Amino acid sequence: MSAVTKVTGRAIPLPGDDIDTDRIIPARYLRCVSFDGLGAYAFEDDRRQNPDHNFNDDRYNGSSLLFCGRNFGCGSSREHAPQSLNRWGIKAIIGESFAEIFFGNCLAMGVPCATTSAADATVLREAAAKDVTAEFVLDVVGQTVTGAGLTISVGIPDGARAAFLEGTWNATSVLLDASDAIDRTAQSLPYVTGFGP
Amino acid sequence: MPAVAISTPESIFPPFSIGGAHPRPKTSQLAIRIKTMGKTLLDKVWDAHTVRQMPNGQTQVFVGLHLIHEVTSPQAFAMLRELGLAVNYPQRTFATIDHIVPTQSQTRPFADTLAEQMTQALTDSCKEHGIQFFDLASKQQGIVHVIGPEKGLTQPGMTIACGDSHTSTHGAFGSIAFGIGTSQIRDVLATQCLAMAKPKLRRISVNGTLRPGVYAKDVILAIINKLGVKGGVGYAYEYAGSTIAAMSMEERLTICNMSIEGGARFGYINPDQVTYDYLEGRERSPKGEAFTQATKYWDSLRTDADAIPDDEITIAAEDIAPMVTWGITPDQSVAVDEPIPAAATFATEDQPLIDEAQRYMQFAAGDTLAGKPIQVAFIGSCTNGRLSDLRIAAEAVRGHKVAKGVRALAVPGSMEVARQAEAEGLPQIFREAGFEWRRAGCSMCLAMNPDKLKGDELCASSSNRNFKGRQGSPTGRTLLMSPAMVAAAALAGVVTDVREVSA
Repeated sequence: MSAVTKVTGRAIPLPGDDIDTDRIIPARYLRCVSFDGLGAYAFEDDRRQNPDHNFNDDRYNGSSLLFCGRNFGCGSSREHAPQSLNRWGIKAIIGESFAEIFFGNCLAMGVPCATTSAADATVLREAAAKDVTAEFVLDVVGQTVTGAGLTISVGIPDGARAAFLEGTWNATSVLLDASDAIDRTAQSLPYVTGFGP
Repeated sequence: MPAVAISTPESIFPPFSIGGAHPRPKTSQLAIRIKTMGKTLLDKVWDAHTVRQMPNGQTQVFVGLHLIHEVTSPQAFAMLRELGLAVNYPQRTFATIDHIVPTQSQTRPFADTLAEQMTQALTDSCKEHGIQFFDLASKQQGIVHVIGPEKGLTQPGMTIACGDSHTSTHGAFGSIAFGIGTSQIRDVLATQCLAMAKPKLRRISVNGTLRPGVYAKDVILAIINKLGVKGGVGYAYEYAGSTIAAMSMEERLTICNMSIEGGARFGYINPDQVTYDYLEGRERSPKGEAFTQATKYWDSLRTDADAIPDDEITIAAEDIAPMVTWGITPDQSVAVDEPIPAAATFATEDQPLIDEAQRYMQFAAGDTLAGKPIQVAFIGSCTNGRLSDLRIAAEAVRGHKVAKGVRALAVPGSMEVARQAEAEGLPQIFREAGFEWRRAGCSMCLAMNPDKLKGDELCASSSNRNFKGRQGSPTGRTLLMSPAMVAAAALAGVVTDVREVSA
């Protein structure tokens, strides 16, 4: 598994706060047994209702970064939401704050979610809207976003940041390393051993 | 604050000194003093399930109960196959189908070929890995968060994970229960563990007696209204106080269910006699002497009297009125008889969202929700699809008729809930009133099945989310409220203050 030290590319800005995962991928697209093809349905209903939605704007095709607002990805735990964004092309997300399950899903996929101040989240979105060709860089090591003449400091929680930098964001093999300790913990739990005396 | 020595019931199991106990930082006198003070249930359960601190600083947490359903697990089993891994603890995972299952005819194969394909995928995976599957044929199928408690699978002091955000429901028993995504389901299947960070703890105390017509649903909607949909990010919620203590297990399940709507990944209630009375005699509960030993262990997990949460708020039960949401997030709610607030009364940065919500819902500031015509009434879901919810709604509609032009659904949360409701004659009461009595499933809460809103229908709903398009129509509109309020709205054809009906 590879380390994620930085993500480079153009950025697509997304106005609004509290954008839930039902809006990122409506439930009807969850009737599937594979994540393949979900990229085409990112923000499907929002795009239909709002012709000016940035995911309808071809100039943003090929963007690797998504700039958002507050509490992005709230609601349903569906990994289909970050999977659809990732399959659309998004490799990192920067915003004021993220819902925790969404953040955890992105971490497990190797997609960093970095937080910044409310003011800087607005500055970034305005910069990406003003110049759709601007290249941005999320530096996971230095915890900054640079581009369009800006340098913005961002935050990634220590454990998640270490997982990206070490390339251990796909946790399965790391968790399996402790297989003896897993069994010891299980055997120490009264409900596993049947509440014996 | 001085540390006060308070004696707490000693456990016959001193499980919290077991290897992997989570050391608090000893960087200050304060930290040392806090350590000598009491522990919260979160501290105790977290420590007992800590396998180790991982090299990257996360905690490896053992998952005591893993629940899976048809929507978020097929891809996880596919990942497992790609890795060539087995399921580590197949006896600690249980499966059911709920999201996509139709609630009219449940004969296989389903008319919806995608739903049939997903059901078959789960059937095959369970068979391959030796996982017990509460499928339709078992007659034990239901919404995953309804069958866990009713079978006695959900117990105090467990860590519980499921690929569904409403896993927070199970916290009602004093367990640490949270939603995960598909890659994390893969991790639990392969290792029975997750890599996690421990949240902070906010205690929410509700004290006093609820007024007539006010239910657990109103309490949690009021809490979310007060703290906001992101207020719980980074926190677990501990619900406490005399109002919570007086609640039944089913009411407590409603409270914990919506923790995630307030941004808290999980919420819990300390176990007590109400919890034990519910659990005793359940199929998967400990039996005989083991049950006695279990209650002693569960008592030991309760938050110590001298434990200090990271944050604390208090709410007076008497201040809570029947609540209805007016917007597109679960914190956009108001008492049924009060006006919808103007955007100008919110912080500047929140005003665009308020405007967007009122535009989408076709409501104006100053409107009162009481009197708004509805087209659909939905009683069901993991929030309010249990027997006590159906009883309250049936009592309200007994001998009355659903208003002309209103489509009304009553959907039991599980096959077992349906059997109990049938034994009490509830389906007949609903049908005579003009409700459709359906089979167990998630139904119109999320519309991954044939139960959906059409166009911009307005739905009085006992479910948990009022997001844009949530109930299956991209322009559908949801009003969250208690089952009693849904029943009242179904009969009147308009949103109705249940206090005026019962007066």
